[in-house]
Amino acid sequence: MLTTNAQNVSVVKFNDLQKVLSSNSDTTYVVNFWATWCVPCVKEFPAFQSLAQKHKDEKVKVVMVSLDFASEKDKTLIPFLIKHPIAAKVMLLDEPDYNAWIDKVEKTWGGEIPVTMIVNGAGGIHSFFDHDFTPLSLEETFTKTINKQK
Amino acid sequence: MKQITKFQSWSGIALAMVAAILMSFAPGKSYKIGDTVADFKLKNTENGKYVSMASYPAAKGFIVVFTCNHCPFAKKYEQRIMGLDKKYAAQGYPVIAISPNDPAVTPEDSYDELGKHAKEKGYTFPYAFDETQQVAQAFGATKTPHVFLVNKEGGKLVLKYAGAIDDNTEDASKVTKNYLADAIAEVMAGKAVTLTETKSVGCTIKWKQS
Repeated sequence: MLTTNAQNVSVVKFNDLQKVLSSNSDTTYVVNFWATWCVPCVKEFPAFQSLAQKHKDEKVKVVMVSLDFASEKDKTLIPFLIKHPIAAKVMLLDEPDYNAWIDKVEKTWGGEIPVTMIVNGAGGIHSFFDHDFTPLSLEETFTKTINKQK
Repeated sequence: MKQITKFQSWSGIALAMVAAILMSFAPGKSYKIGDTVADFKLKNTENGKYVSMASYPAAKGFIVVFTCNHCPFAKKYEQRIMGLDKKYAAQGYPVIAISPNDPAVTPEDSYDELGKHAKEKGYTFPYAFDETQQVAQAFGATKTPHVFLVNKEGGKLVLKYAGAIDDNTEDASKVTKNYLADAIAEVMAGKAVTLTETKSVGCTIKWKQS
């Protein structure tokens, strides 16, 4: 059963996001930076829907970090999520001074979206992908990345 | 790689040379801060005339903005970009706006649509179309809007700043750091720019699919 978090999108600050990115747990986090205004992001959204659904009973958490404007949350993000339910945590990152935090996510990232990170603190995995995915390529990349762990 | 070892050594050298030449044209080889910037010649969508930095002999420099019609981030900055030209053109730093997107991906960014939009909004600066995307690649532009401050120094065009206009896309009234304006002020005062590069979220440039 698909669940939607449309009713409880959390509006977060960078510190909250950093807790996920620098977590030491053995949960694998798949963190996607996206926005409803970003055409390639919306196109790859189904890839994250299917990944989240497929691994929902494993130690895998898909986190969709929306860079939609906080003031437009109810106008853009919520209607989108009602239309496209996802079994994932959706957070809206309300940090308008992008220059202050983009480097802390990834030095090679210029701020373009979509980008995706696969993180598993206990497994020493911290991978950054600056391209978009299809459901197939995301699943393949996910499997390949977590298998590096051993 | 196995195939390469079959070649005579001279062909290996030739291959390496070809590779080196190809790499020198790779998109990653864009201007760095302090580099001399090559002039460009692009069609202004407002009147069909070519625009280049050489067309402004009196200018002290330029605010080159890669922007477009379709991107919500570019829309948020449109008034501010128009304001930049109003403020800085008179001080010798006019705006040149360039749309680098492939209209096959975003039809709103076609030559005709750009021109129509600029006229409707009453742009006081050129809105040029980078059809080959070579100017965007040379500057290392990756998103819209993406600004570059160029200063004329001893007959050369030197890149002084690259990145964001300010620190709040959503709400101009909440801006606390005017990254571009600060850089312009320093350049005009003959000082070194403190913050030469900033990062920002934006719409990726829609590159042509080869």
